[in-house]
Amino acid sequence: MRRFHYLAPRRLDEALSLLTPDAVPLAGGTDLFLRMERRQTQPDAVVDLKRIPDMDRIEPSDGGLRIGALAPMESLAASSLIVNGYRALAESARVVGSIQTRNRATIGGNLANASPAADTATPLLALGATAEAGRVDGSRELPLEQLFLGPGRTALESGELLTAVRIPAMPGRTGSSFQRCVRTAMDIAVVNCAAFVKLDEDGAVEDARIALGAVGPTPLRALSAESCLQGRRFDADAAAEAAECAAHDARPIDDVRASADYRKDMVRVLTRRAVENAFQRARGEA
Amino acid sequence: MTAEPIRITVTVNGESFREEVPATRSLLDFLRDDLGLTGTKEGCSEGECGACAVILDGRLVDACLIFAAEADGRSVETVEGLADGEELHPLQRTFAAAGAAQCGYCTPGMLMACKSLLDRNPSPTREEVTHGIAGNLCRCTGYGTIIQAVMEAAKES
Repeated sequence: MRRFHYLAPRRLDEALSLLTPDAVPLAGGTDLFLRMERRQTQPDAVVDLKRIPDMDRIEPSDGGLRIGALAPMESLAASSLIVNGYRALAESARVVGSIQTRNRATIGGNLANASPAADTATPLLALGATAEAGRVDGSRELPLEQLFLGPGRTALESGELLTAVRIPAMPGRTGSSFQRCVRTAMDIAVVNCAAFVKLDEDGAVEDARIALGAVGPTPLRALSAESCLQGRRFDADAAAEAAECAAHDARPIDDVRASADYRKDMVRVLTRRAVENAFQRARGEA
Repeated sequence: MTAEPIRITVTVNGESFREEVPATRSLLDFLRDDLGLTGTKEGCSEGECGACAVILDGRLVDACLIFAAEADGRSVETVEGLADGEELHPLQRTFAAAGAAQCGYCTPGMLMACKSLLDRNPSPTREEVTHGIAGNLCRCTGYGTIIQAVMEAAKES
């Protein structure tokens, strides 16, 4: 590993001023450490964010939730706020890597690494999350869709840091679900999928969001699957049609984990399961 | 470029150590090479195998993916801290009794993963044990005897 300066600021503004183009932020390190070991990233300075108080906080905010970028997966999976209100997110955090990894890997790192297969990205897209980007002279919020530009590439500008994720309030008659297909428990998702539905008083879909992972250069919304559900009540046909639409929305490639065809098939299966499960939850049945 | 060594203070198994380390030093190398605590093993060095699992401020982590500098001011438990003098930890006794170690290379990390599991969940189901050691590879035992040992240790306490 190439030598570097290790910096451990205790305040966010200090950290932001240290994030020069030759510096990288360090959260859980489960990805960064390896990239540095392999000399894929060779920063002059590493800015460890873990000494900054409260950057790992999960707290109610504007009726919804604000999750500090440093919150580790295990805290997300154990948070009653997330488990009770945003189940798809809790379900995704619970299956990331091993307990060792979940104790270190953070939500901010999972998103800022911009892996197309990032497990927390799909539920956050389905739940309508926004990313909070801080910089020395202020901060901005952007819809999560706009954060991801391609594998490993985000819309964060030089000197900007992902400081938190915000998820809107979840009113009644809403439900969400996360589904994933892996080769082995510790592997990266072959496909992952999250669904969110909001039902009206008659049980018809008022709002639906479906997100897919590992089937395109970024985690993506399955927009035609979403509009296919609009206004409909749940039945087997609705779920099957949404699943078919999602398979069209997916743009997978062949790689070492799976073929594009297999991924499309899995998008069908996972979307059907996620939609069905989200409906059940919106009706208070699961 | 010049990168100055970093002065860190880390509590390991209850004892405080003050050392100077280069920024590139991993917590694993710090434990093994600087402190001579070679119980913690190096396996894959990629956070996949769990041979280097230790408990950092009460949480199970892989020491190979952490900079020693990150442990400054924090507390680490390693396999050397499990026994109380000559008195083995219940997991060490049940591992021995069940034959849960063959080559033994995964055992220190496995013991720490199992200790961490029982600290969080004193009476786990078989499935919860399996889940708790999912980040620790053992290529000898097939895990049966390890799971058995954890269930025995849970019963004892």
